[in-house]
Amino acid sequence: MARTTSRPLSPHLTIWKWGPAMAVSIMHRVTGNGLATAGALGLVWWLMAAASGPEAYATFVTCATSPIGYLVMAGLSWFFFQHLCSGLRHFVLDMGAGYELKNNKLWSVLTFVLSTSLTIAFWAAICTGKF
Amino acid sequence: MGNGTGIGRVRGLGSARHGAHHWLAQRYTAIGNLLLVLWLLFSLIALPGLDYQSVVGWIANPLVAVPLMLMIVSIFWHLRLGMQVMLEDYVHDKGLAFLSMLLLNFYAFGGAAAGVFAIAKIAFTGIVK
Repeated sequence: MARTTSRPLSPHLTIWKWGPAMAVSIMHRVTGNGLATAGALGLVWWLMAAASGPEAYATFVTCATSPIGYLVMAGLSWFFFQHLCSGLRHFVLDMGAGYELKNNKLWSVLTFVLSTSLTIAFWAAICTGKF
Repeated sequence: MGNGTGIGRVRGLGSARHGAHHWLAQRYTAIGNLLLVLWLLFSLIALPGLDYQSVVGWIANPLVAVPLMLMIVSIFWHLRLGMQVMLEDYVHDKGLAFLSMLLLNFYAFGGAAAGVFAIAKIAFTGIVK
């Protein structure tokens, strides 16, 4: 398509000051697609291993409890809670609420605080076996 | 019905009433995921152990197997819709876009079938603990 080069393009990523709302937006996409690939495959692997018998399950446990396995599970759990929090934020925004500049910034930051807290609480509960 | 411009081809046909379907399904499945995955996480914490016997004995329970299957459907439905939006944004070539949608559908349906089958096998052959 021919474009008149003398006319400016609308301002894009490079020109805006980076803010929490932009961070939470792109992280929603990053976490969602991370969960959709690594998370879903891990879940199906776990179920398939359990359905295939003790040996396949032992292989899964060996991989999952390796240092890399724990790193992936910790990352995915944070991804899940972050996607959950920013998803709930989307429900509020869908209703037309929460667009005031201060509120919007506050809840953008809070999604990160909440998701990190929930991740720590989840692993604390797993490690102590209680909630 | 004209066959010239885009507007000419659709004028007078009225709304197809399909515009909001993807958007709504994304949200319905989001609520499904919210409830079911949180239930899974709480259940994993509450299980006495995550060893083979504990997990298989737990999944064999019908009141576990059914929500677990629903969770798999909700997750793979939701991820199919979400990844579609991502691919539509980043894959501009028409051929590659078609191929990516094909692979995404294979992945979503294949993954969901594998998950549901695994749960069904445990539920039909396992012993409830």
